[in-house]
Amino acid sequence: MIEKKYVSAYQQKRHRKNTLLISTLILLILAMMIISMNTGFIRLTPWETIRTLFGMGTEKQNLILFEFRLPRIVIAVLVGMALAVSGGILQGVSRNALADPGILGINAGAGLAVMLFISFFPSTKATPVFFLPLLAFIGAGLTAALIYILSYKRGEGISPIRLLLTGVAVAAGISAAMIVLTLRLSPEDYQFVAVWLAGSIWGSNWKFVIALLPWVLLLLPFAYVKARVLNTLHLGEIPATGLGLAIQRERLILLAVAVGLAGASVSVSGGIGFVGLIAPHLARQLVGAKHQYLIPTAALIGALLIITADTIGRWIIEPSEIPAGIVVAVIGAPYFLYLLAKSKA
Amino acid sequence: MKKVYKGSRPIMATFVLIGGMIGLLFAIGLSVSFGAADIDFATVWSAVFQYSPELTSHQIIQEIRLPRVLGAALVGACFAVSGTIMQGMTRNPLADSGLLGLNAGAAFMLAVCFAFFPNLPYMYIIHFAFLGAALGAGLVYGVGSLAKGGLTPMRLVLAGAAVSALLTALSEGIAIYYRIGQDLAFWYAGGVSGTKWEHLQIMTPWIVAAIIGAIMLSKSITLLSLGDEVAIGLGQRTGTIKFFGAIVVLVLAGAAVSVVGAVGFVGLIVPHLTRFLVGNDYRWIVPCSAILGSLLVVLADFAARMVNPPYETPIGALIALIGVPFFLYLARKGGKEI
Repeated sequence: MIEKKYVSAYQQKRHRKNTLLISTLILLILAMMIISMNTGFIRLTPWETIRTLFGMGTEKQNLILFEFRLPRIVIAVLVGMALAVSGGILQGVSRNALADPGILGINAGAGLAVMLFISFFPSTKATPVFFLPLLAFIGAGLTAALIYILSYKRGEGISPIRLLLTGVAVAAGISAAMIVLTLRLSPEDYQFVAVWLAGSIWGSNWKFVIALLPWVLLLLPFAYVKARVLNTLHLGEIPATGLGLAIQRERLILLAVAVGLAGASVSVSGGIGFVGLIAPHLARQLVGAKHQYLIPTAALIGALLIITADTIGRWIIEPSEIPAGIVVAVIGAPYFLYLLAKSKA
Repeated sequence: MKKVYKGSRPIMATFVLIGGMIGLLFAIGLSVSFGAADIDFATVWSAVFQYSPELTSHQIIQEIRLPRVLGAALVGACFAVSGTIMQGMTRNPLADSGLLGLNAGAAFMLAVCFAFFPNLPYMYIIHFAFLGAALGAGLVYGVGSLAKGGLTPMRLVLAGAAVSALLTALSEGIAIYYRIGQDLAFWYAGGVSGTKWEHLQIMTPWIVAAIIGAIMLSKSITLLSLGDEVAIGLGQRTGTIKFFGAIVVLVLAGAAVSVVGAVGFVGLIVPHLTRFLVGNDYRWIVPCSAILGSLLVVLADFAARMVNPPYETPIGALIALIGVPFFLYLARKGGKEI
């Protein structure tokens, strides 16, 4: 009895702590959104921003805020969440702390599919906005399947190390194919692709928000629902089977979710790496390994990360800008190296 | 001592050296005579030995094709020997200047050069490339050796991937900020088309010195490849050897990247192929891999021009086409020890 009381008190405390943490993150994101709305070639003061938001801005302010800044910010948030949760799922399923859709080559596969489309149907940028996430999903899915097959060994299954090495190799192969494709493009298309590949939130347009939104709205809650399954999978294959889990099926479903999230975000933001790695790690340090907390926290951290990176990238060299992907890599790569140095052999 | 060289095949090695040389000369001849303008062998011969500046075909050969093909040969030898020395010293089957961040480091320093000292002569650029290779290698090995449990091949590859991502992102940032993306683009793609006599003159002494150094070190590297304990037991000063080995590797990778950009996988494929052919005595492996590396890059460059004629396919991409499956094969085969 006493023990149970103790446990529930502990859980209550933890629950309160996590609620506090999540509220803080949401506040930080909102603050960052307002800073991001002020930042850009034409500065708006915080007061002007708020006035414009409530419909009291001039025509010019309305245009800047609603047509340029706001869609971009919303996309940054959605992409951040999607990539972070994708990474969190991949880390849970592969039981490898270094898994990330960028390192595993899934982002590259999605990018290749989009590139192929652009190079065979050039100058049709106006039409296929809703088609791009689907295309990217197919590319990401095929790449994931390829990596899975290549790292599968009869009798041994998938070893996390082989999975990572295979991912690195497949990513290298796909980048080579992309270089060949970029050289065949016309100069205008080349410019577009180069900026997109570096990981820029280029689709700053409500159409892209609408194209991306259903993927995130469907798959994020689904990942949250699957949190229990992820907890069980994380225990390892034998305990999970013992607990009555259909491992193969659940693994495939979760992989498809991770691939869908990564693919959809690549189609609007290019190859932003390392978010899927950093966000779940920070989340794990903040709220522990339980996926019920881990997934929402990671999503929020991912959103905060990309919106911050995008704002820094726009502010640092006005009037031109540095793609968010570059800013994230400059922060993310050292963190990855730190994790690598800390990891056990 | 005899036992150490048990797997060595000197006859095969001699055959590889002589056959490779002939093959290389043939490939060079082929590469010089085919191209946007077809030129027959007799003209090539006379362009080299009885050069007359009035003839356009002679000029094409002397000013464009010859430096290009010689550049390809030198660069191939560089990447191959640097990979060989790295694999021998670290006993890591996946070591390669591209995978371990050396190429990205050299390319990063080139971006810095282009941005801050736009008209720097090649004479100095090559030194920056050496520094950049050292930067990349230093970061990768630093991180790898900080880790508990030491430098496993997997750690090195992952650290290399992360360091490369970081340095590439920084170079991209510099390229965007200083608007030099166009100038740098060909370096990322990798290609020998820009090679000039001036480059060859400056890089050749470095490369020759480094390859001679590699050959001088080769006996010690054979012993190192058996493991540090064995090498120390046999009276090798492993620290000194590794120091000079590292310098050789940095000079070779840096020089090669300063001419063709970040071409990967040559240093991965060629040493494995060479060891398969000639056994495990590095006194044979080093010169043989130099020849085979030259042959590979000269042929890749030739293919790069033939695939899609008026356009050039980047050789980096072509070599990755062979390199990636090879890497996958190694990662699978070595699944247990990796």
